[in-house]
Amino acid sequence: MQRNPQLNANGELQHLLSIEGLPREVLTRILDTAESFAGVTEREVKTVPLLRGKSVFNLFFEPSTRTRTTFEIAAKRLSADVINLNIALSSQTKGESLLDTVANLSAMHADIFVVRHGSSGAPYLIARHVKPHEHVINAGDGRHAHPTQGLLDLFTIRHYRKDFSRLTAAIVGDVLHSRVARSLIHGLTTLGAPEVRVIGPQTLMPAGVESLGVRVFHDMRAGLKDCDVVVMLRLQNERMGGPLLPSAQEFFKHYGLTAEKLALARPDAIVMHPGPMNRGVEIDSTVADGPHSVILPQVTFGIAVRMAVMSMIAGN
Amino acid sequence: MSALPDAEKLCAKLAAELKPRVGPNAAMVGIHTGGAWLAERLHAMLALAAPLGFMDIAFYRDDYHAQGLKHDPKRTRIPFDISGRELLLVDDVLYTGRTVRAAMNELFDYGRPASIALVVLADRGGRQLPICAQHCGAQVEVPAGMRLRLKRGVDGKLALALEAERAA
Amino acid sequence: MKLHIRGGRVVDPASGRDAVGDLYLADGRIAEAPAGRADRVIEAKGLVVAPGFIDLSARLREPGYEYKATLESEMDAAVAGGVTSLACPPDTDPPLDEPGLVDMLRRRAKALTRARLYPVGALTVKLKGEALTEMAELAESGCVAFSQANAPLGDTQVLWRALQYAATFRLPVWLRAEDLWLAKGGVAHDGEIATRLGLPGIPAFAETIALGTILELVRATGARVHVCRLSSAAGVELMRRAKQAGLPVTCDVGIHHVHLCDLDIGYFDSHCRLEPPLRSARDRDALARALVDGTADCLCSDHTPVDEDGKNLPFAEAEPGATGLELLLPLALKWGEASGLALAATLARITSEPARILCVASGRLAVGAPADVTVFDPGAAQRLTAASLKSQGKNTPFLGYELAGRVRYTIVAGNVVYEA
Repeated sequence: MQRNPQLNANGELQHLLSIEGLPREVLTRILDTAESFAGVTEREVKTVPLLRGKSVFNLFFEPSTRTRTTFEIAAKRLSADVINLNIALSSQTKGESLLDTVANLSAMHADIFVVRHGSSGAPYLIARHVKPHEHVINAGDGRHAHPTQGLLDLFTIRHYRKDFSRLTAAIVGDVLHSRVARSLIHGLTTLGAPEVRVIGPQTLMPAGVESLGVRVFHDMRAGLKDCDVVVMLRLQNERMGGPLLPSAQEFFKHYGLTAEKLALARPDAIVMHPGPMNRGVEIDSTVADGPHSVILPQVTFGIAVRMAVMSMIAGN
Repeated sequence: MSALPDAEKLCAKLAAELKPRVGPNAAMVGIHTGGAWLAERLHAMLALAAPLGFMDIAFYRDDYHAQGLKHDPKRTRIPFDISGRELLLVDDVLYTGRTVRAAMNELFDYGRPASIALVVLADRGGRQLPICAQHCGAQVEVPAGMRLRLKRGVDGKLALALEAERAA
Repeated sequence: MKLHIRGGRVVDPASGRDAVGDLYLADGRIAEAPAGRADRVIEAKGLVVAPGFIDLSARLREPGYEYKATLESEMDAAVAGGVTSLACPPDTDPPLDEPGLVDMLRRRAKALTRARLYPVGALTVKLKGEALTEMAELAESGCVAFSQANAPLGDTQVLWRALQYAATFRLPVWLRAEDLWLAKGGVAHDGEIATRLGLPGIPAFAETIALGTILELVRATGARVHVCRLSSAAGVELMRRAKQAGLPVTCDVGIHHVHLCDLDIGYFDSHCRLEPPLRSARDRDALARALVDGTADCLCSDHTPVDEDGKNLPFAEAEPGATGLELLLPLALKWGEASGLALAATLARITSEPARILCVASGRLAVGAPADVTVFDPGAAQRLTAASLKSQGKNTPFLGYELAGRVRYTIVAGNVVYEA
């Protein structure tokens, strides 16, 4: 097996490609650093001069306004120059290969590539081909990983719960297609959460998902019982009416989060969602906007977490 | 290391020196980690009205591009409005002046203080920037290749210590 | 031309001969000790003298994909790998569905005078799985069997009719067992690894369901079917029972699938993107055992040269396949050694067994058989590098591996076509 491509020879973070395979100390250090950046984002002047003169290229081969924006804000708050490239609409359609695109941008002196791609593993391919001083951050690849989302989820959980060692967390919905679920599962198990559950119909569970260290529930009520954390996954509309799910109504009835179902979790449970939400499909508005919801703080924390990741890798 | 001055005595001396000079508008910020310990002491001794602030200058260091981000930066917490304040900026050891430069840059991102006075326990010389301390406990000579650090014992007592400089 | 191969360890799996001795070749055939002097004497002391290897699946990329490889480059690779006969699947561009194309390919190959080429014709026009090709006509122009290569044939009505038609003319049909619908969109074995890497999966039952269908149709039609590239333990089990029941079926396993499994994908190594996908370690072990006990008849390279651009892509987008002609011997030896087999038994899987499936007289060293011989050094180890490969395709998960087994001479029809 090859060396973990995320770490350099000193075991420091060179790229952020996946939470899987990152040692617990590295995860904790990212979260601690993000804690300090959270202080910065609360100030009047929200920028620090750390990445002055560095260039961050947002390389989005798949459209995403939210994630791209949070990376852009994070980079700007570190005083980096940010260049947004919406490749989905440009050169790839003209037949330029992924690696050619990267080589061209590299010639424009990039320091960090933030990559989103529809194919699992694409950021690994890029990381294998960039120059030693260039860094790659995976902003979501296929169904594989979305490590900064996973980290901000962990940051949020730690913010409200402090201790992972007695945590019961449930991830609900389309686990099959979810890079968010995979990243969060690896993060929670690495930080020692004793019980991570996934809840959903069999059609939305990947083969052998138990091997990731989770318990599978098909009955949402049983799965939510005594949970400290409930993470709802986004269910894409195009999955409806196909071979995976008959309808949004039936899905919501069995796997949508309502106040009544949430009452089965612990009284102080927090509800999270990576966004964008489909109200009435995976989550009821009363829950999304209710007292248990930490969905908006997640977005705020996301900026601090991305500042932490960028400043850590760009300095290694 | 009997040559090193007693940190506790220097602390008391600094408090006595500062006492007649602090006005009602004064506030104090300590730089992590040694400066924060010293500031905790001075803040209590001077009984300042404004709560004590702490800062970690990790995000303002000028050696980031060479050294990377420092491990485990602490969160900067300034629990008062900095604008118009007479600030006492507290650090343990003054050396090149780069930490103070970074700290002042960070302070200005919080607002515009009326003034900043630098308070240090020890000045070991070797300045690389035009910075000097307004209140200094002692001048200390440090042999080449050594580092002067403030330590805090389990009993809370402060002491200066010399240690070998870490290889970069 | 008379050739005398002197003092080598002569291993002939078909007859069981395994002894140090001499081998004589005359007029393109294996001969008795001749009266006159040989034109050339090859000193084979310390080397193994075996029948030339027979590979049931090697893509030469002509016509249509000359940028990936050419007939010349791949024929060079074949003889460098000790392969003296190879069958090429019909997935060229255009596919081998017309006698003219087959004829041209055979002529080109013959002109190169390297390995013998046995084209496998397309089972359906353009491999589209809709209309039957002129199989009888194609057979006359030299097609030894009919296949869909890796192109799916989802319509079981067409499959049924194709097998009926082939059976009518007693033509063999070579099929991959993979359900079109279950495999759709998949790029890796549907299991823990695919789940971790977020790669769309192909379940093992995509193979067994398709295999069940094929076996039922064999029962119904009496067609002679060879199943290509078995990939799962459950598939092996079905095959074992079918053979016990006396069905006229044979099958092969690819060299990668007896050595590698989905774990080897590591961090999205596109060299491990293969068709069928690498399955679990348990499946791999079952395939290796099936090859030992004869449930799987032979080992093939499934040689598929892919250019660098085709592999320098995210895993799912990368072109499937690996170069294999030059790895057939070393990987067969590696498997044989790991399985504790005698050399003759190991070599049978790449000589006499594939010869039986191809219905050719080569693959053995009996007097009168075609003088296709490979002389190799079983102990010589070599680090596999892109530069050491003659094939234009440098795509293999074994790059950097130290592999034992080096071909010294390759002889086709009594002519030395390769020596090193």
